[in-house]
Amino acid sequence: MVDLIVVPLLKIVVLIVAVLTAVAYMVLLERKVQAWVQVRLGPMRVGPHGVLQPVADVLKLLIKEDITPSRVDRWVFTLAPIIVLVCAFWVFAVIPVGPTVELFGREVSLQLTDLNVGLLYVVSIASLGIYGTILAGWSSNSKYPLLGSLRASAQLVSYEVAVTMTLVTIILLTGSLSFNRIVEVQRDMGVWFAFLQPVAFFIYFVGGLAETNRAPFDLPEAEQELVAGFHTEYSGIRFALFFLAEYTNMIVVSAVAVTVFFGGWLAPFPNVGWLSWLGYIPGWMWFVIKVFGVLYAFLWVRATFPRYRYDQLMRLGWKVLIPLAIANVIVTAAVKVWWLS
Amino acid sequence: MSTPGSQSLFDTDELVINMGPQHPSTHGVLRVVLKLDGERVIDADVVIGYLHRGVEKLCESRDWTQIVLITDRMDYVAAATNNLGYVETVEKMMGIEVPRRARYIRTILSELQRLASHLIWLGTHAADIGALTVFLYCLREREYILDLFEEFCGARLTYNSMRVGGLPGDLPPGWDRKCLELCDIVDQKVPEYETLLTQNRIWLNRTKGIGVITAEQAVALGFSGPPLRASGVLRDIRKDEPYAAYEEFEFDIPVGEAGDTYDRYLVRLEEFRQSTRIIRQAIEGLPEGPIIGKVPRLIKPPAGETYHAIESPKGELGYFIASDGKSLSPYRFRVRPPSLCNLQVLPTLVRGHLVADVVALIGTIDIVLGEVDR
Repeated sequence: MVDLIVVPLLKIVVLIVAVLTAVAYMVLLERKVQAWVQVRLGPMRVGPHGVLQPVADVLKLLIKEDITPSRVDRWVFTLAPIIVLVCAFWVFAVIPVGPTVELFGREVSLQLTDLNVGLLYVVSIASLGIYGTILAGWSSNSKYPLLGSLRASAQLVSYEVAVTMTLVTIILLTGSLSFNRIVEVQRDMGVWFAFLQPVAFFIYFVGGLAETNRAPFDLPEAEQELVAGFHTEYSGIRFALFFLAEYTNMIVVSAVAVTVFFGGWLAPFPNVGWLSWLGYIPGWMWFVIKVFGVLYAFLWVRATFPRYRYDQLMRLGWKVLIPLAIANVIVTAAVKVWWLS
Repeated sequence: MSTPGSQSLFDTDELVINMGPQHPSTHGVLRVVLKLDGERVIDADVVIGYLHRGVEKLCESRDWTQIVLITDRMDYVAAATNNLGYVETVEKMMGIEVPRRARYIRTILSELQRLASHLIWLGTHAADIGALTVFLYCLREREYILDLFEEFCGARLTYNSMRVGGLPGDLPPGWDRKCLELCDIVDQKVPEYETLLTQNRIWLNRTKGIGVITAEQAVALGFSGPPLRASGVLRDIRKDEPYAAYEEFEFDIPVGEAGDTYDRYLVRLEEFRQSTRIIRQAIEGLPEGPIIGKVPRLIKPPAGETYHAIESPKGELGYFIASDGKSLSPYRFRVRPPSLCNLQVLPTLVRGHLVADVVALIGTIDIVLGEVDR
């Protein structure tokens, strides 16, 4: 009874709260990091060094007037942000935050469920989210959102292929689709897959940027061209849902990257004697540190690069990344078959 | 994406999209009506006039000294060159000899203004293409220039920094040293921006071969300033018809080849270096002497009309002024604004490009709506 209902429910609550907090502080981190890169201070007014800025932001968005333009398709318009957000949250169900730990005399795995097809689940749920984007643009009954959502769908579909291909190489290496197993294999092999599969990691990272609509691939919401892209007509809390979903997706991409390429909750340098104290830091903390490390790279890229153009983005996806990913899969498979066996 | 004119299974409609007048990247209140096929621009209609204040007519009812102030409000990111163009035109009409020191300082001011204007251009252009960091870096350097102007004339944007016959005041003590420091800063920082953009693959993709204008087209369409030079036409009023003290300095005119957005970018970047070079020479050779020439108490040019043009940061800024010799204000006041004349090339530039290029192309011709509409 406890194992079946109470523990999962508690986990869900903790997970949702943790993710929401992470998202809130991700927004602050983004503004701060960008400000530092751009020789500014960033938010400084709400709380010391602006640490309470996320609270103020959320409050502002909650009390703002929620406008539904008169010519929108009301049902779909309401549904779209919910789809986007829900899909972003679903992915967290299979991400292992840490190893199995003892809490109150009970073995608890820091993962909602260890699905044996975790990787497949993540890929499919992540692509479901695009429906929300398309529907948002379509139901808005306005030109900028329509263009924005068309761009988004094309972009997501193209980069999904490349990203999935990189995950195939990981499946080849581990022989499993379970996230837990992937982390364990990295522990047993003593090397993180980012170093074993640098090409795959690179493609995953670039594809991840594109899939979360981050700079330099933030075309669906290119401010300078499309005003705000697919969520132009949204305001108040419904806009906040899109915002939330975007940042949740970023965390999803980083979490998957950390699990698949950076050894998940594993501490670095387990075999280096004088660094063995790193192992005393709990696994979930390593996980959080690594996730924010990858997120930092996202922000860094955003502050550095100009934006791709739509057709160039497509060309990069189809003519560079996908062939590269396929070649990588073939090489990995060949090495595995002829060399390792 | 379907190509224009191709027969496909699906019916395609042209999409008319309205950019502006309230749009983050039309640099003010420019409105562009785009006709799109998918994301490709078939045609563009530029609608201007949202910032029209009737500057020309206004000037015809102000006296000759008050007009300097109004010229500030045209190209408000390059007020000093606007002032310079106007006062030189009046001096030309009245045959006033401007002291050498004043001419030197005018040169310094207009080159500082070129730096400031180009910094704004580089920042906004890069921000349009998505490199927001460059924007903030550029504005940081521009602040130093504004500080210099503030010290010289008390204003940071609309300077009112010239007088018919000379200048409103002499340089404050220590100003020349600060000016040299600024040159060092600019010379050091511009290569820094280049590391962010010039060799950046994304930047190259976004600017190379975009909005190509051949030399013949550029001349025919009335391009001037850096965009004209980027098309390979060697034309710079500072060299061709020297004004202020430009004939006394050594500097090169950067010229592009391809006439695309990337070349326009390179030409302007090189102008940063040439401007600091001019400022350095001017500060070193700054002569002593008065800062205002012999000007009659009442400025009243003799009857007649004059056209005088200078090289503003954006291109050929010309003033056509007619005086009837009797009244205290111009009979006719006409400005040839570089922004307006360059802007009329926009439809030619954007045709056949993608929506995303439109903002890059608005950025590359460097317009200020205050000057376009006047």
